[in-house]
Amino acid sequence: MSRRVFVGIFENEEDILGMAQASRERGLKIIDIFAPYAVHGLDRAAGFKPSRLPIVCFFLGLLGAGLKVWFEFWTTAVSWPINVGGKPWNSWPAFIPITFEVMVLFAGIGTVIAFLIASRLYPGKQAKLAYPGVTDDRFAIFLEEQDATFDVEEVTRLCRHFNATHVEERSEESD
Amino acid sequence: MAEVQAGLRQPLILGNKKPVDVSNDICEIIERKPTGLWWAAFLASLTMLIVGTVAVIYQMRVGIGTWGLNRTVGWAFDITNFVFWIGIGHAGTLISAILFLFRQKWRTSVNRAAEAMTLFAVMCAGIFPLIHMGRPWLFYWILPYPNFRGPLWVNFRSPLAWDFFAISTYFTISFLFWYLGLMPDLATIRDRATGLRKKIMGFFSFGWDGSSRTWSRFEVVYLLLAGLATPLVLSVHTIVSMDFATAIIPGWHTTIFPPYFVAGAIFSGFAMVLTLMLIARKVMHLEDYFTVRHVDAMCKIIIVTGSIVGLAYLTEFFTAAYSGNGYEQFVFFNRAAGPFAWAYWTMVTCNVISPQLLWFKKIRTNLVLVFLLSIVVNIGMWFERFVIIVTSLHRDFLPSSWADYTPSIIEILTLIGSFGLFLTLFLLFCRFLPVIAVSEVKGILSTGKPRAERPAFAEHPEADEEEVEPELAGV
Repeated sequence: MSRRVFVGIFENEEDILGMAQASRERGLKIIDIFAPYAVHGLDRAAGFKPSRLPIVCFFLGLLGAGLKVWFEFWTTAVSWPINVGGKPWNSWPAFIPITFEVMVLFAGIGTVIAFLIASRLYPGKQAKLAYPGVTDDRFAIFLEEQDATFDVEEVTRLCRHFNATHVEERSEESD
Repeated sequence: MAEVQAGLRQPLILGNKKPVDVSNDICEIIERKPTGLWWAAFLASLTMLIVGTVAVIYQMRVGIGTWGLNRTVGWAFDITNFVFWIGIGHAGTLISAILFLFRQKWRTSVNRAAEAMTLFAVMCAGIFPLIHMGRPWLFYWILPYPNFRGPLWVNFRSPLAWDFFAISTYFTISFLFWYLGLMPDLATIRDRATGLRKKIMGFFSFGWDGSSRTWSRFEVVYLLLAGLATPLVLSVHTIVSMDFATAIIPGWHTTIFPPYFVAGAIFSGFAMVLTLMLIARKVMHLEDYFTVRHVDAMCKIIIVTGSIVGLAYLTEFFTAAYSGNGYEQFVFFNRAAGPFAWAYWTMVTCNVISPQLLWFKKIRTNLVLVFLLSIVVNIGMWFERFVIIVTSLHRDFLPSSWADYTPSIIEILTLIGSFGLFLTLFLLFCRFLPVIAVSEVKGILSTGKPRAERPAFAEHPEADEEEVEPELAGV
């Protein structure tokens, strides 16, 4: 099934912020916005849900730390206890540094992998550019023309109000 | 009002740049052919690297008996170089993670190069303990893997094992942080390039398309990694200092070591970033991006960390005197007045006295002087590690075991080789990757823009709706 998409191109950070907010307030469905850099507050203006990656990070860190504490205890106190300078088998204060490092390692690598999966990025992926220059200095907003209530003229006027340099309609295969 | 605001603060990036100018300025550096100067620098670094490689191969074949070590001084040049390089790396993480958490926007001009510097410095650092093992081909024994020797596990109570985990984690997280920030910029280069560069950049940019959903997640991941890297970088040098502090050698066995080492690491790292960036700025014409204001901010960090280091030197002396421990007192007296007094006073001059010159604004804004001072600090910090390691060891508890230490030519060539590796990698980085974080710099540009250029929305975000809506509804 194909859908009609309305595309607006902007040159300025403030313009795309304003357009995103205005679109959301008018109940227009924002498919996506493309930007050459991270615009602060754009996700909030467009009404995107906050990322759940911090949760992933937290639990992976917990998992890494937990596994490491167990492993250090098991190796030094259970599997092959060795007397090192008369220290107890389970010398837990000495386990803290590596536990911390492994926690950071799990949380860090795990979060980046989760990010790549969530954003569907992988090495060698061919990028489909929304509009030439969106990785340089152009901002593009993609609005879905849901039904008859989508007034192309009004949205065009809205885009012009926010100094859009270009507007167009596309029909694209929805996935 | 616009004029008042513009007058308050000098913009971070000079030259009234637009985003497209940033892409052009930074990407053109890698798109044009390398200059003669680059080739000269590259060949010189490569020569140093080859010399060092030959020295390493030689000492691996013959053994570490080729070093100047003896029964009393068992750690010297090699571990000095290791701590020196690890310390250099710390500034990169400080700039990319800690200054990010503190919302220091000026970091965007230096973070990419500083992070690259971190990676290369950690690589250089890693070589030294590896060689020091004597049988580097068995280095994997430090990994706790199920083996046929029992299984015999790693001694998790040893700071040397902590060190291995700390440094490998540090390298991994620094790499991820650096690469994550690089992805959008690789996409920018990809979309400008044609042919082979487009293919390569296309592969490594992971199909980045600038979707703001991705950007939104990207910012979250960036913040999380910064949050993880901040305690990580403090832990790494803490653990390095524990290699010494957990030993019972007078001069090493002090609780002041972790903060003292971390401050020293940041101090030396910032000096190295300044050394590299001041050259890069001139050679690659980045004057608009890396301005006197950036140098000024970095000099202030050098004053702070340098003063902390100076305070640590004093505290060590006070503690030795106050402890009433004869061995401790002798070590410190011997440092300042013994056979290595020349190294000690070089250290004090370079690390404590010379950075104090940066209190003067005239000196901070004189880039030639700052460049010279940054090299002085680098030398001083190398000597600091040398002094800590060698002077604490060379006068043993028994006077009959007293010894001296002079580095062998092989050790010196290995140090030169590590500089060769560092500079070769850095020059390659400058050639093939954007030295300045293009997308991050674009993000801070608007702060310098006059407000008049912005649309009505930015002036009164709330008022916008009331103004526009009736007009649109009326049509």
